[in-house]
Amino acid sequence: MATQILLKNIDVPGLAEIQVYRKLGGYTAVEKALKTLSPDEVTDEVKKSGLKGRGGAGFPTGMKWSFIDKQSQKAKYLVCNYDESEPGTFKDRHIGQLNPHQLIEGMILGSYALGANTAYIYIRGELFYVLRIIEKAIAEAYKNGFLGENILGSGYSLDLYCHPGAGAYICGEETALLESLEGKRGNPRIKPPFPAIVGLYGSPTVVNNVETIATLPWIVNNGGEAYSAIGIGNSKGTKLISACGHINKPGIYEIELGLPVEEFIYSDEYCGGIRNGNKLKAVVAGGSSVPILPANLILKTAAGEPRLMSYESLSEGGFQTGTMLGSGGFIVMDHTACIVKNLLTFARFYRHESCGQCSPCREGTSWMEKILMRIEGGQGTMKDIDLLVDIAKHVEGNTICPLGDAAAWPVASAIRHFREEFEEHVKLQKCPF
Amino acid sequence: MPLLKVTIDNIEVEVEAGTTIMNAARKIGGHVVPPAMCYYSKLEGSGGKCRTCLVKVSQGSAKDPRPMPKLVASCRTMVQDGMVVQNTTSPEAMESRRAITEFLLVNHPLDCPVCDQAGECHLQDLSYVHGIQETRTVEERRTFKPIDIGDKIKLNMNRCILCYRCVMVGDQITDKRVHGVLGRGDHSEISTHILNAVDNDFSGNMIDVCPVGALTDNTFRFKSRVWFTKPFDAHRECSKCSGKVALWMKGEEILRVTGRKDKYGEVEEFICNDCRFDRKELKDWVVEGPRTIERHSVISQNHYETSPGKSVRVSK
Repeated sequence: MATQILLKNIDVPGLAEIQVYRKLGGYTAVEKALKTLSPDEVTDEVKKSGLKGRGGAGFPTGMKWSFIDKQSQKAKYLVCNYDESEPGTFKDRHIGQLNPHQLIEGMILGSYALGANTAYIYIRGELFYVLRIIEKAIAEAYKNGFLGENILGSGYSLDLYCHPGAGAYICGEETALLESLEGKRGNPRIKPPFPAIVGLYGSPTVVNNVETIATLPWIVNNGGEAYSAIGIGNSKGTKLISACGHINKPGIYEIELGLPVEEFIYSDEYCGGIRNGNKLKAVVAGGSSVPILPANLILKTAAGEPRLMSYESLSEGGFQTGTMLGSGGFIVMDHTACIVKNLLTFARFYRHESCGQCSPCREGTSWMEKILMRIEGGQGTMKDIDLLVDIAKHVEGNTICPLGDAAAWPVASAIRHFREEFEEHVKLQKCPF
Repeated sequence: MPLLKVTIDNIEVEVEAGTTIMNAARKIGGHVVPPAMCYYSKLEGSGGKCRTCLVKVSQGSAKDPRPMPKLVASCRTMVQDGMVVQNTTSPEAMESRRAITEFLLVNHPLDCPVCDQAGECHLQDLSYVHGIQETRTVEERRTFKPIDIGDKIKLNMNRCILCYRCVMVGDQITDKRVHGVLGRGDHSEISTHILNAVDNDFSGNMIDVCPVGALTDNTFRFKSRVWFTKPFDAHRECSKCSGKVALWMKGEEILRVTGRKDKYGEVEEFICNDCRFDRKELKDWVVEGPRTIERHSVISQNHYETSPGKSVRVSK
């Protein structure tokens, strides 16, 4: 059994209650940090651990924290990005719903390390039931002295708030999230300046993913080196993977980074193979925005090496033959799946969720959706396929925030690897599936 | 403060720290200036949205000569000492500008023949330089009905490119903004919650800052093509604004009053609605003389005396 950091006690009944959580060793990390460690020492442990942001971009967390100007006279903020809404990704929901105290404990540790006295959990509006669970847990934490003034007599104070979004995927982009948190329209800001310099209310701010923050208690308890001993290469520790699609056992799995993809898909411990013994066709390895890969390239890299579940191995070969670990939304498709229809679903999502601020994303996403709708509906032409590639190329990299890239990559990769399927749609003038 | 050296399209210029690439290029002038559809120097926080001004930074600075990985929005990127920028000399930037122009036109109705902005429309200019000949869309365009957002302002959302300039006018020039962007993505629109709600002494400036024909002047609508009118500088005593305006005349008749726009289409000073909408008599104004117009502008065509110089004075 692999090391479990986030899902270890997840099946314990009543884990969302503070007594149960404390009985299992909860809040010991807060006690350890506030009583024996300085904020810089906590940051150092996180740096040593090699923990990377689990939201998708995989930016080293310790480094992100070190961009904060500690000498700044302004208030500092830690914001937890709980706006999980990428199609295929449903890992964070699990943590808040079943183990909210681990998230709160992580928030206290992170805020302490950054010197923040106010922290926010920005939660996706649709997860209202999770918001209630977290708010109850926050109230319990206040009651037990882990939040509020002078926590555990250490002189450190922290107020934690949970704020719901209003149903916009774009608010998962960190600067749009901050705008939304400030009560404005959730439009991404133009960077630079980055949130570490000018963030929430113009103050230095760190935005971290739920999973990243929920990992902090373990790192403080066991040390950064113990964490970096798990995993492979520069991909340290464990990662939650939300597996879905045509597999026998969809669900959320905690894996040690470096697990072979083949084992993850076929072993009974994880996905349990493809349903009905069907043939694997394609995998979207990290949530809808990463490039799709056909079966041969997801199991083995172009060089013939076995593909591993790690940041480096999945991105080996660049976008020509590789993909990204992303946020860990693992979508598996068997031979009955229509790539064009799947892509249309993604394109529709990005068209609907584009904020409409910058022109390539606003117009490009809707244009791509319309063309895909035509191809899937049997009215496409061969020219349309090239047009799609051309649009995706010009949306990518030309937008304010990464949503444009996220909308363009699936289109570009699907056509790169499954062009014959698009052509078949055009030739038959209908969907062959 | 030492000046920073920047090279744009092989032309060197020295600017103060905190200057954007766009403003450095404007200091040089001419063809190296990237087109700006959303940036407006008089509106704080504008720019970065339309992406037409994307340029290539082939050398970040003298200290760190690495090129920037992506094209950058010149209106929002500050120059560094020793920066080398490529605008028209970068095939990549020009290719992206072609694509952005196409994106802006995907949902545009192309109704220039009946649009009041034609002749002074930035999207027209942009398409003229960077557009492609054919239309690659066969899809139906997103459409809205034209509405009145104020008693003198007509909004034709079909033409809007969502530059947010009018939103910033609402925030920065008027004392209360009652219009804004509703919805998101390609279905977002500029609108008010209550019809005709824009009622403010300076709301008319929204018309001046609009780069396209989305916001037009109801008192001038369909009266004349702009190139049949002649602009004159004029002023009057006004308690609300400077009273310095451009009158657009046909014979002795004042058809339209606007702010005085420079060569980038930006007004020199914002004017009040009283001057703009309600002073259409010659006796209200002290006419200073014909306004200087770019020789290449369609407004200077036909009935204007042209001289070999760069710009011409309009004959009376």
